[in-house]
Amino acid sequence: MSFKLSPKLSQQIAYTLLVISTIIVIVPVLTVIVIIIKNGWSALSWEFLTTMPKDGMRAGGILPAILGTLAIVSCAICITLPVGVCAAIYLNEYAKDNLLTRIIKLAIVNLAGVPSVVYGLFGLGIFVMLLGFGVSILAGALTLSIMELPVIITTARGALSSVPYSFREASWSLGVSKWQTIRRVVLPNALPGIMTGAILSISRISGETAPILFTAAAFYVPHLPKSMFDQVMALPYHLYIISTQIPNMPKNIIFGTALVLLLMVLSMSLIAIVARLYFRKIRKW
Amino acid sequence: MVDKIKVENLSCFYSGKQVLKDLSLTVEKNEILSIIGPSNSGKTSFLRTLNRMNDMNVNFSRKGDIFLDNDNIFDMNPEKLRTRIGMLFAMPIPLPMSIYDNIAYAPKVLGLKNKKNMDEVVEQSLRDASLWDEVKDRLDSSAIKMSGGQQQRLCIARILAIEPEVILFDEPCSGLDPISTAKVEEAMLKLREKYTIVLVTNNVKQASRVGTRTAFFLMGELIEIDKTRNMFLTPKNKLTEDYITGRFG
Amino acid sequence: MNSKITDYIIEKIIFLCGIIAIVFVVLIFGFLLKEGFAFFKEYGVFNFIFGKYWYPSSNPASYGVFSLIIGSLLVTLGAAIIAVPFGIMTALFIAELAPKGIRDILKSIVELMAAIPSVVLGFVGMVTLVPLVRSVLDIPTGLTAFSGSIVLGFMAMPTIVSISEDAIRSVPWQYKEGAFALGATKWQTIRRVVLKAAMPGIIAAVMLGIGRVIGETMAVLMVTGNAAAIPSSIFDPVRTLTATIAAEMGETVRGGLHYRALFGIGLVLFTITFLINFIADLFLNKKR
Repeated sequence: MSFKLSPKLSQQIAYTLLVISTIIVIVPVLTVIVIIIKNGWSALSWEFLTTMPKDGMRAGGILPAILGTLAIVSCAICITLPVGVCAAIYLNEYAKDNLLTRIIKLAIVNLAGVPSVVYGLFGLGIFVMLLGFGVSILAGALTLSIMELPVIITTARGALSSVPYSFREASWSLGVSKWQTIRRVVLPNALPGIMTGAILSISRISGETAPILFTAAAFYVPHLPKSMFDQVMALPYHLYIISTQIPNMPKNIIFGTALVLLLMVLSMSLIAIVARLYFRKIRKW
Repeated sequence: MVDKIKVENLSCFYSGKQVLKDLSLTVEKNEILSIIGPSNSGKTSFLRTLNRMNDMNVNFSRKGDIFLDNDNIFDMNPEKLRTRIGMLFAMPIPLPMSIYDNIAYAPKVLGLKNKKNMDEVVEQSLRDASLWDEVKDRLDSSAIKMSGGQQQRLCIARILAIEPEVILFDEPCSGLDPISTAKVEEAMLKLREKYTIVLVTNNVKQASRVGTRTAFFLMGELIEIDKTRNMFLTPKNKLTEDYITGRFG
Repeated sequence: MNSKITDYIIEKIIFLCGIIAIVFVVLIFGFLLKEGFAFFKEYGVFNFIFGKYWYPSSNPASYGVFSLIIGSLLVTLGAAIIAVPFGIMTALFIAELAPKGIRDILKSIVELMAAIPSVVLGFVGMVTLVPLVRSVLDIPTGLTAFSGSIVLGFMAMPTIVSISEDAIRSVPWQYKEGAFALGATKWQTIRRVVLKAAMPGIIAAVMLGIGRVIGETMAVLMVTGNAAAIPSSIFDPVRTLTATIAAEMGETVRGGLHYRALFGIGLVLFTITFLINFIADLFLNKKR
């Protein structure tokens, strides 16, 4: 006689396993967040956020790193968002459905999975060396924008194609041109999707280290950036440096830096998540 | 009778597959021409060629010509053409905006009317589509929340607001209940006084109720076209007779 | 007529942006190919891929990435062993068992998990996990492939969970109803019907998760120990392809052989991840 569980019992066991596995997945996230908050909270102060580092970065604040990241990220998103959305409009609304278009769409989707360090190499070769921008805000921002372009294009295309095709037909049938239809019917309805995607992109590139490693970030700069061609300190790179390269670094400063970065990134993600739930709720069609 | 639309030797293809075969017919001014036929007989393809909606489909190609008031429509600006030939789709497609904005949308974008006149245009269009009384108190509410029949009449009003000369109806009642259908048909008959109408329908009875003339399509070919009464009483072609008596289709 | 002209200009700008985006796609391909191939031609593909020694600063230098490939594979394999079963089970729980309110919360947490920067995870791993691994296993250093696998398994989780969950949820309810009608319990239905129907999507999710792990840089750089030697077990320090680029690019002579060797690694990484994504994409399209 072979041993066999009753269906009822095996269901019970399976469900328990699923619950346990979910807990195993979720708990570390919360643990990581709690560890950083607990250890970094004491370092957080107005002074920490608004002053320059001192004593070989072992004391003082992280202002230049915060400003550097803000500069790089805002430049990057200003480049990649308009180009990406326009490219998405082109691919989704205008491009003929032929082999070339399909290859391009496929390439763009797959470029989103290329490692960020490879984009760093590309940025080093093209922007830093070939175009001669040097290690600078501009080179870093361009690198990040190229890296994020496929993601922006893909999310924007998703938002555009979620607007029913029939809306376009209704508009065309009234004698409204293609562009006016896009502007007045398609874009307004795709905008929430595009914007939440954009916020998630900002969050993602704020935390990226590898692409700016050799294109923008500096170990230590004693002054604030003055032009687009300056090297800057950047928050994620700064965290990497102080946690691996500097001996006898006070732990609470490292955790404080990690906390600032985490707060920046998570708050933006949270805004995007909440906004998406909200727009899904009020969506009219 | 004046010919409003003249179709000459029209053939249409999707990705090379022929859906209309060497079709020639005329639509007279201020008539309702009903087009009947089983599904896949090319009725809708024909309709979408009349206002060049098929241009939006990259796989579409055609041979032959269509004239609107003696001008070849394929030489016209397609957007201009569509303001002269309006189209109502099978499913009502209200745009996700208010009732008022749905009507005002096209006139505003096309720059037809100034702001003051817009209120009049909206009211008149809704009246002509027999919808005014039902919605006059809630013009600012979302069009998506209306019932199916109301939505379809809203779409008619939207077309009327751009004052076309011809209106194409593509199975406009296929998703509606009998009462809503009757209201749409009533609106259609009223519109006949001002407009020329081409109606594609799966519903043979509907064709007999509203059609001035009726055309029967089968497998992309025009089998027969005649006064509706003649067609239904004494069809000339055996296939037509079989179809309208319900023997196939 | 003025608006006609603006319309025309705007449409042209949109076309231009489309073309710019496409040009960059081609440029990335082309640039990596050019730099990578220049190196392969000089050093030899075979010597590069199967060379056991990565000694860029010795004389003569040797640029064999075999140990780095092994390092990447080992860490990735370990991460997959952790992330795949837990990821799929969690996706099943979220898609099939969790009530609506809890589901939204869990999905948001998974998304937040994806947002945590890898340098932050690397740092936390370094100060908590690495000492723990060292003391529990009683080995000389906690900076091992094993620690890397745990951190990376964690990082692959959001991708695997959210894409699997999509796949599971998109199984038509008729399938399930058919099974229920035959008297199957809910779990039997999930196991025999839902999992089977969602399999292409789940495979794609796993591949995309693995793609993310292979490309991950900062976290592995911080917790795997960076020893460029073929490891004898998962409890040895290893060095991955990505970490090598990140660690060494700053010290190379621009345009020199070492510099180009790193581009060679970049090309290898690019090819691997592009292929993985491409195949995952095929599975995702098969699902529809």
